Amino acid sequence: MKRLAFALLACCSVAIAEERRSGLLDMRPEAQAMQRDDSMNPGMLWVLDGEALWQRKPETGAQACADCHGDAAASMRGVAARYPAWDTASNAPIDLAGRITQCREARQAAPPLPRESHDLLALSSYVAHQSRGLPIAPPEEAGMRATRAVGQSLYRARLGQLDLSCAQCHDDHAGRRLAGSIIPQGHPTGYPIYRLEWQGVGSLQRRLRGCMTGVRAEPFVYGSAEFIAIEAYLMERARGMVLETPGVRP
Amino acid sequence: MARVLLRVPTTAEKGSVIEIRALIQHVMETGYRPNAQGVVQARDIIWHFTCRYDGEVVFSAALSPAIAANPFIAFTAIATESGPISFTWEGDNGFAQTETRHITVT
Repeated sequence: MKRLAFALLACCSVAIAEERRSGLLDMRPEAQAMQRDDSMNPGMLWVLDGEALWQRKPETGAQACADCHGDAAASMRGVAARYPAWDTASNAPIDLAGRITQCREARQAAPPLPRESHDLLALSSYVAHQSRGLPIAPPEEAGMRATRAVGQSLYRARLGQLDLSCAQCHDDHAGRRLAGSIIPQGHPTGYPIYRLEWQGVGSLQRRLRGCMTGVRAEPFVYGSAEFIAIEAYLMERARGMVLETPGVRP
Repeated sequence: MARVLLRVPTTAEKGSVIEIRALIQHVMETGYRPNAQGVVQARDIIWHFTCRYDGEVVFSAALSPAIAANPFIAFTAIATESGPISFTWEGDNGFAQTETRHITVT
């Protein structure tokens, strides 16, 4: 009986895994090709900028990222797949951009890079790029479990004048169309992404703000606990899916 | 210097068709968009792209404000002989950049 239950459970989890799809596959073939080929993917420009920043000492003359962390290909491999993570120092969850900023302030004594600034997006892209091809693996700490529960309730909460939750589009109607566009399942597999609409690279939080203003809600602030909680829940929801950074999206 | 992603084959057979791809980081500001303060931002685009193969122009393009940021240009050429392939982008505010790659034709 127990064995049968295990077999059933295994079948179910496989079925769910097969149902999940990256937004990459919802794009037209030309846009998919743009992401898959590094010589066409404009997100690679940010990755290269991030690599230069990684090597360069900050204006304060303190050590560069590379002076502590060494070769990012080794030290940063798999890091982005684990974020948002639990920060023991502040006893709170922290996202990748927040961690980069924290490291910059504490170890480089440099002014923080503003959210969505070119340099922060470039560094985030470079760090996340080192995890390309690896499965998303959110950490198991109790604190992160609690954060994800908050994120899940936010994901299901109706917001704004249109009174819509994330789940109503991205769970209930994924794969159908909102005007001309396919509603993706909302898995954060390629962030920071190069969005054709933005003509530049942006973070997951910028994307979430786009949806929030779309339902006429007041967006959360960049780096807020709410955004980090939603991000943590989305990463859990996409657990095991492959990171694609830098992603290209329409 | 703007960042550039170039794909040029390093070797090719004589007479074969080679594909060349050039992507450059540039805002391509149209000159029509107001900023957050309501002031229309000055035009800042790349208006010309030229590719020279061994000194001879093999491809050129005039770009307009309607072209998206980070313009990507792909085209083909026939591999005739070994030599440099150079790419030049010229634009507003004195923007000028040249990159060169070498191809060996056998």
